[in-house]
Amino acid sequence: MRAIETITGRVSVLDRDDIDTDQIIPKQFLKRVERTGFGEFLFYDWAREPGWELPKNPVLVAGRNFGCGSSREHAPWALEDYGFQAIIAPSFADIFRNNCTKIGLLPVQLSAEACRAIAEAGECQVDLAGQEVRWPGGAEAFAIDPDTKQRLLNGLDEIGLTLAQSDAIAAYEAAREQSGGWAGPQTTALA
Amino acid sequence: MPKTLLDKIWERHQVGADGSLLYIDLHLVHEVTSPQAFDGLRMHGRTVRRPDRTLATADHNVPTDGTTTTARIRDELSRVQVQTLERNCAEFGIPLYSLGSPRQGIVHVIGPELGLTQPGMTIVCGDSHTATHGALGALAFGIGTSEVEHVLATQCLVQSKPKSMRIRYEGALGFGVTAKDLILATIGQIGVDGAVGHVVEYAGTAIESLSMEQRMTVCNMTIEGGGRAGMIAPDETTFEWIMSPPTRPAAPPAVPDEWHELRSDPDATFDREVVVDAAAVSPMVTWGTNPGMVVSVDGAVPAPSSEQDERALHYMGLEAGTPIEQLRLDRVFIGSCTNGRIGDLRAAASVARGRRVADGVYAMVVPGSAQVKAQAEAEGLDEIFRAAGFDWRGAGCSMCLGMNPDIAASGERVASTSNRNFEGRQGRGARSHLVSPQMAAAAAIAGHFVDIRSWDLDPQQEAAA
Repeated sequence: MRAIETITGRVSVLDRDDIDTDQIIPKQFLKRVERTGFGEFLFYDWAREPGWELPKNPVLVAGRNFGCGSSREHAPWALEDYGFQAIIAPSFADIFRNNCTKIGLLPVQLSAEACRAIAEAGECQVDLAGQEVRWPGGAEAFAIDPDTKQRLLNGLDEIGLTLAQSDAIAAYEAAREQSGGWAGPQTTALA
Repeated sequence: MPKTLLDKIWERHQVGADGSLLYIDLHLVHEVTSPQAFDGLRMHGRTVRRPDRTLATADHNVPTDGTTTTARIRDELSRVQVQTLERNCAEFGIPLYSLGSPRQGIVHVIGPELGLTQPGMTIVCGDSHTATHGALGALAFGIGTSEVEHVLATQCLVQSKPKSMRIRYEGALGFGVTAKDLILATIGQIGVDGAVGHVVEYAGTAIESLSMEQRMTVCNMTIEGGGRAGMIAPDETTFEWIMSPPTRPAAPPAVPDEWHELRSDPDATFDREVVVDAAAVSPMVTWGTNPGMVVSVDGAVPAPSSEQDERALHYMGLEAGTPIEQLRLDRVFIGSCTNGRIGDLRAAASVARGRRVADGVYAMVVPGSAQVKAQAEAEGLDEIFRAAGFDWRGAGCSMCLGMNPDIAASGERVASTSNRNFEGRQGRGARSHLVSPQMAAAAAIAGHFVDIRSWDLDPQQEAAA
């Protein structure tokens, strides 16, 4: 995963609330077993409606509850493959937000007013280290979990970080087994 | 300090000094969201930490036309995806119930069915409807493919604790009103982002009096209200269901003591509390393009109050003010992880018995698993459906998301027992209305929506009277 510091440039605007991941990447493209190449299918059905325009910019500004519905990571993959590096919205669906941070696509939650102002300004700078978005005529701070921020700033592999805690995981497993309670079901033991 | 069910499960699964890792007791895997995760493991030379806490099945892609071997799946991309799952599970030692197995089925149907889903567990799956398992008092939530890879490699997830929310139901459900109506009405009340950032605990006598399967219907749709997970305190209904022999091979020898200690303490506090009047809920029908756009069956298509509403009405081909009961249907789908369990099929069959699907309507019944199918056939439900003109299918996700041959054509109006009425979800241009199994069966027979409360349950009894 590539490290993120600042993301600067033009913004594309999709002023709709509750955009679900079925719209971002429709089901027929989920049959692929690869992780790349989803960008050309982004908003596949909407892109065929008259008047659709979504320039390939570094930043997408969208409506409330962006990315609701299905957990498909193909949605962030498609947005990233299309060229977006950050998504700015008044709110995000939980799984989508999580999925974005795993691949280095930065979800930025700002007030609805700031989102409108950025859409009007047409450009902005997202400063991850400073946790602030700046645009001509304004700026607003955003929140991000400190561990996620560090991981994104350094482009770290989260699985590698967790594997470094293998001893703690093994100790937890051993403690659970020795506690004497019901150990829970084992999928490999199903007759 | 009094604790919630969420608190208790969370604390028991925190790993390491800072507790930032959450241990996962059961990881369910399917063909769509896993291939890239297995590729990631191979690329880094990593293994699966706990194959014995992992189970895979093929559900999203599988045809429901009776095909029983993967090699015979006609759609090449679907076939390759299922074959890829089979190869990956063999390589990494993960138990798999693929197409043709008597235990194959929708991942959220087979987990509980096999007894793998148990109170107090943490359960994840690369699928947003994982909250279904919370009905048994587990903490269960959907994850993306990167997290699937993370759990395969470490059996843990990096998670910060979500906020807690209790939805408390007052009063009892009325005649003809189901768990599906209850959750649709709830989402209508709180909105599709009403529970974002929260784990929802459903409580109240209306919840306690639901059967285990009905509770799964409620928890299943938590994500449609934005909730991270949905859960219900385990009680005697839960224990009895899990321990019911001989169908649950993963059940413990006896109810473990710790299961009795899981329920939220009486004076535990939640970050948010919402009250829903269960007694006021009617049979519900969605009119728009998200599950929060829902009205009572005796209501009408509402007047739009936003651009989003206008867009939804346009997509759905509806005019404000049209009574819901006047909406004529082309297709009916009974199935899915929301309503594809044996109780759902029994409920639909009780409506279909001795009647005929209306001319011009294609109605399909898709059992949630191979075991549900076998059980339904042992009870003769397949005969009831076939005699009434329903298409009796094999197990899978089917028309819920149309990743397989079961899709609706553009412009077709569908009554569906599934969970999402998003644009294009059941086929490009398809117009989906979410309802309960009883309402779907009645709509198939009438050719339009009908209020199940005014439905005579058995025409043969009617004739005899």
